[in-house]
Amino acid sequence: MTDAAKRIVILGATSAIAEAAARRWAKAGGRLVLVGRNTERLEAIAADLAVRGAAAATFVALDCASADAEAELATIVADLGGVDVVLVAYGVLGDQRTAETTPQAAAEVFRTNFTSAAAWCLAAANVLERQRSGTLVVIGSVAGDRGRLSNYVYGASKAGLGVLVQGIAHRLAQQGARAVLIKPGFVDTPMTAAVARKGLLWAKPARIGAIIVKAADKGGPVVYAPGIWRWIMLVIRLVPASLFHRTKL
Amino acid sequence: MFRPAFRDQLPAATQSNTVSSVLATGLLRSYGDSCLNGPGGLIDMTGLDRLIAFDRTTGRLVVEAGISLSDILKIVVPHGWFLPTTPGTRFVSIGGAVANDVHGKNHHRAGSIGCSVRALGLVTAGERRTIGPDAEAALFAATIGGLGLTGIIEWVDLQLVPVPSSRLDVEIIPYGSLDEFWAIASESVVSHEHTVAWIDCMSGGAHTGRGAFTRANWATDGVYEAHSDASWKAVPVEFPSIALNRLTVSAFNEVYFRAHQLQRRRQLQHYATYFYPLDAVSSWNRLYGRRGMLQYQCVIPPGGDRGVIRSLLDRIAKSGQASFLAVLKTFGERTSPGLLSFPRPGSTLALDFPNRGVETLALMRTLDAIVAEAGGALYPAKDGRMPAPMFRQSFPRWREVAACKDPRVNSDFWRRVSLDD
Ligand SMILES: Cc1cc2nc3c(=O)[nH]c(=O)nc-3n(C[C@H](O)[C@H](O)[C@H](O)COP(=O)(O)OP(=O)(O)OC[C@H]3O[C@@H](n4cnc5c(N)ncnc54)[C@H](O)[C@@H]3O)c2cc1C
Ligand SMILES: NC(=O)c1ccc[n+]([C@@H]2O[C@H](COP(=O)([O-])OP(=O)(O)OC[C@H]3O[C@@H](n4cnc5c(N)ncnc54)[C@H](OP(=O)(O)O)[C@@H]3O)[C@@H](O)[C@H]2O)c1
Repeated sequence: MTDAAKRIVILGATSAIAEAAARRWAKAGGRLVLVGRNTERLEAIAADLAVRGAAAATFVALDCASADAEAELATIVADLGGVDVVLVAYGVLGDQRTAETTPQAAAEVFRTNFTSAAAWCLAAANVLERQRSGTLVVIGSVAGDRGRLSNYVYGASKAGLGVLVQGIAHRLAQQGARAVLIKPGFVDTPMTAAVARKGLLWAKPARIGAIIVKAADKGGPVVYAPGIWRWIMLVIRLVPASLFHRTKL
Repeated sequence: MFRPAFRDQLPAATQSNTVSSVLATGLLRSYGDSCLNGPGGLIDMTGLDRLIAFDRTTGRLVVEAGISLSDILKIVVPHGWFLPTTPGTRFVSIGGAVANDVHGKNHHRAGSIGCSVRALGLVTAGERRTIGPDAEAALFAATIGGLGLTGIIEWVDLQLVPVPSSRLDVEIIPYGSLDEFWAIASESVVSHEHTVAWIDCMSGGAHTGRGAFTRANWATDGVYEAHSDASWKAVPVEFPSIALNRLTVSAFNEVYFRAHQLQRRRQLQHYATYFYPLDAVSSWNRLYGRRGMLQYQCVIPPGGDRGVIRSLLDRIAKSGQASFLAVLKTFGERTSPGLLSFPRPGSTLALDFPNRGVETLALMRTLDAIVAEAGGALYPAKDGRMPAPMFRQSFPRWREVAACKDPRVNSDFWRRVSLDD
């Protein structure tokens, strides 16, 4: 079984971080199914992964936030003949101010980052539990570690997802499968293109991709990416509210 | 600065009215102002680094324009393919390489990279077009070596060459004078695929042009190993500018030359060692101190080139302005489709000078006069200062390129050389 090509399903495969991970899996000869909502982009990524060495790279175009997760995943996994990794990568940052003033905008962030992602996670957990093998890898965020005025709607969606994945990890640990939550810090991707000055704490997607691929094999259940964020967030969580509330973080 | 992640974003990026003009940039390895656009915006192409297709049996490679030559080689070398030609660094994008129609040590066989481009995707005037030698040939010719002016190169369809090994059989031949250089060069272009000479710029008189000639052919061992990007040396701090004065360069050249002179050598070298010696030393340009360096690369047409190269080298030796790296190579006859291509039959001399301000610029003006008189040209990829009339004289088809220019595109270089005085 170790020699067989890894079967990987990526939800939100057009994400820069997901693509970086996919390139590594492709180089190792994996069989990938890319799920996303932009056909032309999925096509470009699939072609690239094929040249890089993927045993297969196909795609399914759908909106992850509104699709029937259970049914779609079942079809994909049946086609692959089982699955070794399910990566849940899609997400939206949203705009904090808009989310505060427009309830639909906040609901949209929750629907994409939490409600729909949770459905995919639960569907994947059922598959992995039945197989008694495989790993669910989910991209959360350090923003879920403490609510901050600048992005707590996004943060809450990722925090909720984090607890869900933690629970799934607990459940699967007793069934021979795994779940891992990746918590990236600042990553230089289209999602953060608006941030003009990117300092020392910013990582390239390639670095996070490498961490994801490793985490799919072993370790976890919570992986900060890169690791330094474990300590940064520890400090941030420990700052007393009396002090924290005086910042604009 | 906009960094597209997907090709479909390009048409809108060029039409964006938040900037007065745009310019595509690659890995910014050009030295002058051809990759700058002061008043306008830049489109950083390095996020478009995907492979589109690679046929392992025919060596046809189609890639997005922002991919580096380094990444291309990692993919194709293990299958026995190599770039048709390569500049002295692998950290350039394929789009940038096409936009400067780059040349390598095998110009006498392969011509410049434009000779191996089968087709290009070009975003021009807001439209995505496919151009090639047989499709919109005029626009294609204006785009090869076109300095990004005709639009944004979206993808490149390139014919690779099969190689019998990832190593080369390299011969290093020390020689003592320019006459010897010409003799070795004319013999080597017949026997060797790759030729170039490193020149000791500090010695004048009878020793003018002495140096080390290297020539190589691919080895035939059938072993294919791609390079790794881990660099083995680093120049940690900036040298004080003074460190690289005439004496140190002279000593450096002497040591380098002597080291080579000890004996004529022949060795097997990996392609990364042979083609990209500077890539192994990260931030090697720090050697030049904070003021950096100025590049000067000219081509002198055949006929008068021997005398002209001698007078250029004599001027430099007399000026006492140290050139750390000086490279001399003869170009072949193969012409590229590019209207603004720099490579043309003759000899090319590439120099880099530590920037000593006015003094260095004055020397370059003296060299300009010699080059212009000889009917030569300067390489735009390494130029930030050539006078507009010199550009127009040495790139006589520039108006045809101007006619194909995307009105939304501009660069500092173009504003400088196309401005009517
Ligand atoms: C150490 C070193 C050695 C070198 N040796 C050689 C050599 O041996 N031979 C040689 O020919 N050159 C040589 N060069 C020069 C280098 O190969 C060229 O400057 C090359 O074009 C740089 O590519 P880039 O990706 O960095 O492009 P940039 O420097 O970013 O841009 C160069 C030009 O290409 C345009 N451009 C970039 N991408 C696109 C695109 N997608 N669409 C349209 N236009 C685009 C830019 O507008 C600009 O005009 C050397 C440079 C260095 C630093
Ligand atoms: N960048 C950071 O600093 C950072 C930090 C921590 C966590 N993260 C998390 O990392 C993950 C990947 O983001 P990224 O940084 O790689 O940014 P990105 O490149 O912008 O990727 C986000 C991707 O999510 C996709 N997506 C959004 N909604 C979708 C939907 N309903 N259906 C299908 N796909 C959808 C987007 O596709 P479309 O193009 O179709 O919209 C986009 O490709 C996200 O979950 C993000 O929250 C990022």
